[in-house]
Amino acid sequence: MFELLIGIGVVLVVAIILTILRILRLVNVARGVEKKSPDSSSANKVNALLFLLFLLISGAATTWYSVSRFDEYQLPIASEHGIITDRLFWITMIVTGVVFIITQILLFYFSYKYQFKTSRKALYYPDNSKLEVVWTVIPAIVLSILVFSGWKAWSDITNAAPDDAEVVEVMGYQFGWEFRYPGKDNELGNHDFRLIDPVNMWGMDFTDRSSFDDFSSGTKLVIPKGKPVLFKIRARDVLHSVFIPEFRLKQDAVPGMPTRFWFTPNKTTAEMREELGNPDFNYYIYCTEVCGRGHFSMRKMVEVVEADEYEQWYAEQQPFLQKNPDYLAKVPSNMKELAVVSAGMDSEVEEN
Amino acid sequence: MATANISNENIAHDVHGHDDDHHHGNFITTYIFSTDHKMIAKQYLLTGILWAFVGGLLSIIFRLQLGFPGMSLEFLRPLLGDWISSSGSLDPEFYLALVTMHGTIMVFFVLTAGLSGTFSNYLIPLQIGARDMASGFMNMLSYWLFFLASIIMFISLFLETGPAAGGWVVYPPLSALPQAIQGSQAGMTLWLVAMVFFIASQLLGGINYITTVINLRTSGMSFSKLPLTIWAFFLTAVIGLLSFPVLMAASLLLVFDRSFGTSFYLSEIYIGGEALPNVGGSPILYQHLFWFLGHPEVYIVLLPALGITSEVVATNSRKPIFGYRAMVGSMLGITILSFVVWAHHMFVSGLNPFLGSIFMFLTLIIAVPSAVKVFNYLTTLWKGNIVFTPAMLFSIGLVSVFISGGLTGIFLGNSAIDIQLHDTYFVVAHFHLVMGSASFFGLMAGVYHWFPKMYGRMMDRHLGYVHFWLTFVGIYLVFFPMHYIGIAGFPRRYYSFTTFDILDTFADLNMFISVAAILTFSAQAIFAYNFFYSMYRGRLAPANPWKSNTLEWTTSRYPGHGNWPGEIPKVYRWPYDYSKPGAKEDYIPQHIPFSATPESNLPHENEMIAEEKAAAKVDTTSNEAKA
Ligand code: HEM
Ligand SMILES: [Cu+2]
Ligand SMILES: [Cu+2]
Repeated sequence: MFELLIGIGVVLVVAIILTILRILRLVNVARGVEKKSPDSSSANKVNALLFLLFLLISGAATTWYSVSRFDEYQLPIASEHGIITDRLFWITMIVTGVVFIITQILLFYFSYKYQFKTSRKALYYPDNSKLEVVWTVIPAIVLSILVFSGWKAWSDITNAAPDDAEVVEVMGYQFGWEFRYPGKDNELGNHDFRLIDPVNMWGMDFTDRSSFDDFSSGTKLVIPKGKPVLFKIRARDVLHSVFIPEFRLKQDAVPGMPTRFWFTPNKTTAEMREELGNPDFNYYIYCTEVCGRGHFSMRKMVEVVEADEYEQWYAEQQPFLQKNPDYLAKVPSNMKELAVVSAGMDSEVEEN
Repeated sequence: MATANISNENIAHDVHGHDDDHHHGNFITTYIFSTDHKMIAKQYLLTGILWAFVGGLLSIIFRLQLGFPGMSLEFLRPLLGDWISSSGSLDPEFYLALVTMHGTIMVFFVLTAGLSGTFSNYLIPLQIGARDMASGFMNMLSYWLFFLASIIMFISLFLETGPAAGGWVVYPPLSALPQAIQGSQAGMTLWLVAMVFFIASQLLGGINYITTVINLRTSGMSFSKLPLTIWAFFLTAVIGLLSFPVLMAASLLLVFDRSFGTSFYLSEIYIGGEALPNVGGSPILYQHLFWFLGHPEVYIVLLPALGITSEVVATNSRKPIFGYRAMVGSMLGITILSFVVWAHHMFVSGLNPFLGSIFMFLTLIIAVPSAVKVFNYLTTLWKGNIVFTPAMLFSIGLVSVFISGGLTGIFLGNSAIDIQLHDTYFVVAHFHLVMGSASFFGLMAGVYHWFPKMYGRMMDRHLGYVHFWLTFVGIYLVFFPMHYIGIAGFPRRYYSFTTFDILDTFADLNMFISVAAILTFSAQAIFAYNFFYSMYRGRLAPANPWKSNTLEWTTSRYPGHGNWPGEIPKVYRWPYDYSKPGAKEDYIPQHIPFSATPESNLPHENEMIAEEKAAAKVDTTSNEAKA
């Protein structure tokens, strides 16, 4: 299949080249034009015409493709701020689109219209300060408007998260994501990279009482619809970047420097499946900062559920300590009792 | 300017002597360790073409993987050995190494050295009326350091662990930790060593260009009469001189972190089952330092291309470039602003959001001078009498891709929108059009335009046309569709499009892009053939084939050492007197005095005739004094 395509392509290219050369030569012969001066040759006309053709054909093809495939490339939006950034995107698209169309048309049309003619002399027109001021000021104004609207959206998005936001810690490593929830006390415990081991992937510090009820969500991230969610993002080894395209969310994960991003999901996974007519749809976290061999496959599923469903799910999760009672040994002895209670462990475990 | 003229003679001319051409230097001093700026320019050009071939080939290899994910690449095994896995597909890590090498080679070796190195060297002395560069020796050194750098980089392709694989930006910690990825072992070391040599070469070159432009202009060549090419090369050299040292510093600190246990960029890292001792550093620091060069670098490759096209567009429209002052002003604006927008590459890196706002503002401002340039090009074409030489076609093509790629920059500069688009194929589309293709077109325009002077022969016009059309259409077919994929959220530097369900949708378009890339790359063979064939067999070139105004066309067909056999021409007018009303011909070269063109002079130019006469008198007396 592939060899065939390439083969056809190469043959086509060669054929085109030969045809063009042949035509140019024939035209020259037919007209008896000596080819010493490019000015008078028919090649000049051919090139001018090709610019016009290029404009028309590429314009038509792009329009057709963009319109007919619009839905395919237009990502659904599943967060509150995504609506705003998408609006900005399309406003910018309209502004730049108009400029794009006008300038490209002028460029190719002028090329065609003012092709060389022996009878004509070019206009000596070195300067016009009024014109130049106009086209310095207009772009400046248009860009200021874009800057201003963009700045407003940016400030809103990067503002501190609301106090009632659900906090989740997102940690990137080669090559996966792990999540930690603060548990019932709503507070993530301290962490220290020196405490990391194959089981305690986060380096949770069990001398901090907030960590006793922290839990990990395992294979997927679960978040509620309609509530602000704050990601506290960090990386364990190299740079990674959290990217969930439907949420219009991207933020680098940097070792040694926690970052954050908050957003409000507004469509559950179920709703999205229905909207897209795709029962297999899932949100995923992608990694967009090159991080090594597995970069392209570093993903984790995200599930958005209704708020009450979330509450229920949250309550059912087992704290890390409960799942890994060995780590109780790392809790200072004066806090062990508290740890057992917070982690909801039965007393048998403690005695072992 | 009289003093400049004298020092000019002393430095280059007397050393080589008028009659250097007669007692031919031996092969080594003429072709290899030459100090003649024209030969050095050709060395840069040939090395650049070689690297363009290598860099392009690498992109074709990884495009095969992206376009045809299931296909067996077994046939590449003779070339790539174990990098083709037992299943017959490309190794994912080697994919990253290919992307990295492709980016590095294209940006630094092809478009910085190949474009700016070639034409700054070739044109600066010839267009300002100098015998050679201020220091021929330093000039030679700059080429050979570049050559050395490129050889070191090339060697890394053959390392067992592969070349550097962290992207051309080589962000730490990935690039600092050999255990993170194979490409951060010896390949990364070679990358850094090569970059240090390359930067040294750029600094030597840049100092030379700046010194030459300031000191060696011929009599009458004031800054306001400089061709826009020279303005562009001059400002490019200024940017390079101010920003490359910062990358040098960044690289050195990275070497320290890699080899000497420092923690400039490293902190709190657990990798390979081990917690590293580093604390207190920040990878973000590296990003600031890198992009302080990385962003101006875009203009280091772009400005020379814009300078070249200004010259080509004016000549072939037979019109003065519209708004000379605005063109210079916008280049100055770009030069200054290019230093204060670097952090727009870091909107989502963890940068303080307030800084993000500032950088968004500054970034969008830089669109204004770029827009001015485009409008000026358009107005120059308007009511022109356009001759489509291949150089002119590439220049028009440049304006087109510059518009397309420049406008998408407005999306990316807007930090709120960039959240979604950062590090997706939208970015790849954007920079390949605005920087990659535009500069590449500038390079091509330059080669077609100045080939007759460089080699004394003409390139075949018709092959040039075919080359242009295939490249122009091809470039759009390759890079335009990448916008769609990017908008749909496809991240860049991904080895495969098949791991995420929604990305499967784009398999067809991806294949299309790959096929278009292969064809576009193949079409460059036409250029290679034309170039090397014409070098030896092309029609002999007239001294001024395009009827152009600048000084290089006043030399002989194939200028020898010292550039002008006799005296250096004096300059009386700006370089854009095309189609002047009343003039006998549609062009009046810069060295023609106003007194010789009474029929076409503007009122203020008539007043200058008296000054010309006075100057001529002073000059003859001083010449007599010398004799
Ligand atoms: C045959 C023409 C070319 C093709 C098909 C091509 C294709 C590509 C592709 C697919 C990528 C990888 C994008 C990613 O995954 O991040 C890439 C990266 C890149 N290309 Fe090209 N490219 C071409 C020419 C050029 C030229 C002329 C330049 C000069 C500016 C260039 C500069 C770069 C750079 C700087 C990168 C980024 C490398 C990195 O991410 O580290 N390319 N190219
Ligand atoms: Cu990652
Ligand atoms: Cu990654």
